[in-house]
Amino acid sequence: MSPDLVKTIFGRLTWDAIPLHEPILIGTFGVVALGGITVLAALTYFKVWGYLWREWLTSVDHKKIGVMYIILAIIMLLRGFADALMMRAQQAIAFGDAAGYLPPHHYDQVFTAHGVIMIFFVAMPLITGLMNLVVPLQIGARDVAFPFLNNFSFWMTVGGAITVMLSLFVGEFARTGWLAYPPLSGLAYSPDVGVDYYIWSLQIAGVGTTLSGINLIVTIVKMRAPGMSLMKMPVFTWTSLCSNVLIVASFPILTAVLALLSSDRYLGTNFFTNDFGGNPMMYVNLIWIWGHPEVYILVLPAFGVFSEVVSTFCSKRLFGYSSMVYATVVITILSYIVWLHHFFTMGSGASVNSFFGITTMIISIPTGAKIFNWLFTMYRGRIRFEVPMMWTVGFMVTFVIGGMTGVLLAVPPADFVLHNSLFLIAHFHNVIIGGVVFGMFAGIVYWFPKAFGFKLDPFWGKLSFWFWQIGFFFAFMPLYVLGLMGVTRRVSHFEDHSLQIWFVISAFGAVLILFGIISFVMQMVVGFMKREQLADKTGDPWGGRTLEWSTSSPPPAYNFAFTPVIHEIDAWHDMKQRGYVRPTTGFIPIHMPKNTGAGVVLAGISVVVGFAMIWQIWWLAVISFVALVASAIIHTFNFKRDYYIPAEEVVRVEDARTEALRSLA
Amino acid sequence: MSAASHDAHHAHDDHGHGHDEGGAHGTLKDYVIGFVLAVILTAIPFWLVMGDVLPNNQMTALVVMGLAVIQVLVHMIYFLHMNSRSEGGWTMLALVFTLVVVVITLSGSLWVMHNLDTHMMAPMPHDMREVP
Repeated sequence: MSPDLVKTIFGRLTWDAIPLHEPILIGTFGVVALGGITVLAALTYFKVWGYLWREWLTSVDHKKIGVMYIILAIIMLLRGFADALMMRAQQAIAFGDAAGYLPPHHYDQVFTAHGVIMIFFVAMPLITGLMNLVVPLQIGARDVAFPFLNNFSFWMTVGGAITVMLSLFVGEFARTGWLAYPPLSGLAYSPDVGVDYYIWSLQIAGVGTTLSGINLIVTIVKMRAPGMSLMKMPVFTWTSLCSNVLIVASFPILTAVLALLSSDRYLGTNFFTNDFGGNPMMYVNLIWIWGHPEVYILVLPAFGVFSEVVSTFCSKRLFGYSSMVYATVVITILSYIVWLHHFFTMGSGASVNSFFGITTMIISIPTGAKIFNWLFTMYRGRIRFEVPMMWTVGFMVTFVIGGMTGVLLAVPPADFVLHNSLFLIAHFHNVIIGGVVFGMFAGIVYWFPKAFGFKLDPFWGKLSFWFWQIGFFFAFMPLYVLGLMGVTRRVSHFEDHSLQIWFVISAFGAVLILFGIISFVMQMVVGFMKREQLADKTGDPWGGRTLEWSTSSPPPAYNFAFTPVIHEIDAWHDMKQRGYVRPTTGFIPIHMPKNTGAGVVLAGISVVVGFAMIWQIWWLAVISFVALVASAIIHTFNFKRDYYIPAEEVVRVEDARTEALRSLA
Repeated sequence: MSAASHDAHHAHDDHGHGHDEGGAHGTLKDYVIGFVLAVILTAIPFWLVMGDVLPNNQMTALVVMGLAVIQVLVHMIYFLHMNSRSEGGWTMLALVFTLVVVVITLSGSLWVMHNLDTHMMAPMPHDMREVP
């Protein structure tokens, strides 16, 4: 075949794109392939494909979609953490004559992939998953406002994750850092496919994130149970609302910026080039207008989890509910006017830098108010140190340190010394691990019995907490020290041997965190094996206060046989106080949405579009794009979208629950 | 907005499957008014640019942008049927929030980038044309 024909058919894709010369990648591929084949074989052997497809992959049930989001996040956490271990190992050994085991071009991909995966495919699915699982239950709804859209959003997120994972074995990933600043990410300095993988994976996943943000906002605004005014909503629902408002307002900016960068790379425009009037700093400016709200998108739901956990495990109403709500709203607004603190050193004048420095410091006030609210909730409470509460206390200690170093970085002159140093790395890991990760873990342990009907194993849960907590301090406190000494980020080799000990301590911390992750998975495995012993038959294993604990664990498909009526904050606690009697008769058919495979199909085709665009296989891009639009249109002609759960079925489910409750009494 | 537009406001279906539109619908008169206004507001900028009506380009650009803002309002009122009462005020709240975010993004970017330019870039002639 002539080279021209090959190029028309395969675009930029050649055999060289398969990294046969990289033993690490081949090893990884071997492990992934072996694991994948084992899972597929097991699924086939146990004949669960049909079940999986009908009950999970095509499900529009918000609870199942929430669970699938969290599974995706845990899988991607393993990948992202493998990257972290590789970096820690490289930096611990690559001193002087020792070059380490990762060549720079590989190391650069590793830190980029680590950042992208941890933010977009671990933290985001964790919060979206938890919000999906919990919010409709907390507001007494039967599903989200747009159930199909929810399924579609999830699969688009998976599509983005698949695109990132493809870059491991076909071609390479970006070598630009997780925000892909031009001019480095421009065509002149990154001509290969890495940045294109970055762009398309984020664009595909971004569709899902934005749509799920819209979906959850509409759900919270329109579908609250009667009587639940805004100021009677659970705090987690409040923080979810604010977080989703931030998603809807800020993700289009990311989409637009990445579209401009693609246009620079594909069409030869000059938005962010050095020449012809382009300005790379405009990219930095715009991407942080998205990037800073993103930080609060992640941490606000975590704050919500802590609020729920603290009040449940102290058996007290949350101290200062309204101040908590106002603090959340103030953070939502303020998060839009601090973005420049990510690039104080870019060259703005004193007026601009001081404005953004001051707004950044102001944002610590509502955050501090929240910390005091949690502390005052604990004060004279009957604290039960179960695993979620341990994560919460761990969070308060860790996050306050991260917050203080954040205020340090908000001082522009100090930032001129610390910017791009390991001090910054330590700071944001301090708030993201201490805030978001601890929060999501607390949430997973707290709501797991609601989703599956049994608690997680507390021994492994506590072990996981201690490994993470201690491992965190070992891994990141040395980075603060190194950062103060002026060590910059993203460096794969050092000359100064006196720094080595700090990196070794940090690598030791990373190993402790590895044990933390293993224990985290073990608490699920052991919990599953001991599920009879850890079973929750009441639906309210922790003495909960919000509506989700009023239904059974796991909840029936329709969540609530009758829509509850709300009179107070902490609705379920209020119902228990007033001697609520569960209705056992008078059930009627329930109108529910129907499962559909359209989400899987659309997201699958989107991945093909992305792949074709990345490798510039134009014919495939055109065909798959037409197929994508056509499938979307065909789906609109699917009128079989809903069905009624017959009254007899509801009676059967509810009678079983009545029986279960009676046997406990 | 006519009162008729509220007749179409259905009671909300508590299962919420997305088949319930729940919003207000306009009358034919509204759509015609909106369409005529939109055409006029599109024609004026064309006339201004094609006919070189105003003395300098900068003034033309400002007038065109002003008309664009009015155009946005026309679309929101006549095509999207937005007013302060629809959806219990939520539409208005969403609009205000959107405006705040857009204003912050645009004015903030202009301020930041202008400040940056004066501090960092000795402007070159061909760059000057591109300065936002």
